[in-house]
Amino acid sequence: MATLGSAQLSAEAPLPSAASSVPATKPAPRHSALVRVTHWITTLCFFALLVTGIEILISHPRFYWGETGTVLTAPLFQLPIPSSRKLVPTGYGYVLPDQNGWSRALHFEAAWMAVLTGLLYVISGLLTRHFRKDLVPSKADRSWRALLTSFAKPLRFERPSAAEASSYNGLQRLTYLLVIFVLFPLVIWSGLAMSLGFASAFPWSVTLLGGRQSARTIHFFVSLALVLFLFVHVLMVCLAGFWSRTGAMITGRIGTLKEHT
Amino acid sequence: MINLSRRKLIVSGLVATAGASGLAVAARLAQKYGLVPPDHGGIYGFGETLTYASQRLLTRHSLAREFPRNRISPRPFPNELAPLTEDFKRLQAGGFADWRLSVDGMVHQPASFSIADLKSHPPRSHITELACEEGWSYIAEWIGVPLSHVLHLVGVHPQARYVVYVSTEPDTWDSIDMADALHPQTFLCYGMNGNELPVAHGGPLRMRLPRQIGYKNIKFINRLTVTDSLKQFGKGLGSAAAEAGYAWYTGI
Repeated sequence: MATLGSAQLSAEAPLPSAASSVPATKPAPRHSALVRVTHWITTLCFFALLVTGIEILISHPRFYWGETGTVLTAPLFQLPIPSSRKLVPTGYGYVLPDQNGWSRALHFEAAWMAVLTGLLYVISGLLTRHFRKDLVPSKADRSWRALLTSFAKPLRFERPSAAEASSYNGLQRLTYLLVIFVLFPLVIWSGLAMSLGFASAFPWSVTLLGGRQSARTIHFFVSLALVLFLFVHVLMVCLAGFWSRTGAMITGRIGTLKEHT
Repeated sequence: MINLSRRKLIVSGLVATAGASGLAVAARLAQKYGLVPPDHGGIYGFGETLTYASQRLLTRHSLAREFPRNRISPRPFPNELAPLTEDFKRLQAGGFADWRLSVDGMVHQPASFSIADLKSHPPRSHITELACEEGWSYIAEWIGVPLSHVLHLVGVHPQARYVVYVSTEPDTWDSIDMADALHPQTFLCYGMNGNELPVAHGGPLRMRLPRQIGYKNIKFINRLTVTDSLKQFGKGLGSAAAEAGYAWYTGI
């Protein structure tokens, strides 16, 4: 412990990343407290948004491109599911109960929570250089061969190497960057574009997406992409060892149970 | 590590204190500047309030998008209509000559207008999109008299904060704040796409708010009440929709 003070003093890094320069005393957590807290708040919001999004969707499971679209116009496509509105032709002989009131309220409330949490995460991630340290692929990983390897490994149901318990491979890093900086912004943007109030203040937010109904269709597909990400994400966690990885995201420590061999 | 955690402690302490006092100040300010919706209670109140407050700050004077005439939807979808009442059918048989819009509450001159009275004022129109909370939308030309014009005719008390509007349909009423009531695109609408407003679309008189969702654009309006508080209307949530679990503010 006596070396601690001098280690701190001699550390030349001007930023909080100095923490990583004293690994001998106490290992830095696998995930910082802020990453852990924002991860689980986002998880909660995501499920709320997904359930309520599906609820709202079934009141009109038809999609259009452009500005407008109703049951009197031809859809781009229609999901083969029953609807909660009897004027929507679905081919089903029954109408589901209307759940839009609370679904809309919870959808927007969860969206607020998710956006505020996301802002906190992104701002702190920039300040602590979380993105540069943990998510931008390392030089060695920036090749097609490296990407291909990290893609093929899980497909062969190979357990990740021990090194991957404390850091992400190139493919994971790219995927997280895509989710954080492309999919989430796009789902927020296309969602906001559907707000009549927001659109009145920022009309270009709708025009750039090709119209109100295009925004709705984009919102649907980006949500689908996020659900797909969730499936793969959970699958990979299971493959790597569900309890050790989940434990690391809860406590920050890399679980001692991680190697089952 | 000790240094680091102390700094962390101080920083998070500061953040927490700033956050808590910030929230308290924000709540006080929001109340003062009319940024709290009438249905702010319950578990969704937080989201409703954030949406209403931020849109009021951001969009008080913004205009809904307007479209060129060639983008009017050829077949506007009128949505479902409750069975028309006998009273309504009688008025309809008379060409709505006996339809009256009464205006009361916090006004200098309570008044009653026929459709012809409303039409005697210079008609205004805008080509805007009507969007339903279900997801569908269409564009139409909406013709009417700006609500602000009618409010000026009767003279609104300075302490007025909301306009309550009531339909002849049973259990159908809603309300808007003065920002929306005085907004230039808020119409008492009696015409559509160059013609009379069809009954299916709310004729003879419909509230038209292009910056809010379809269900706020109530059909068959026959009464306006100007008020400084929504507490004495129904359950005090501001609208029949809010009492049924649908948000009062629908700019989103």
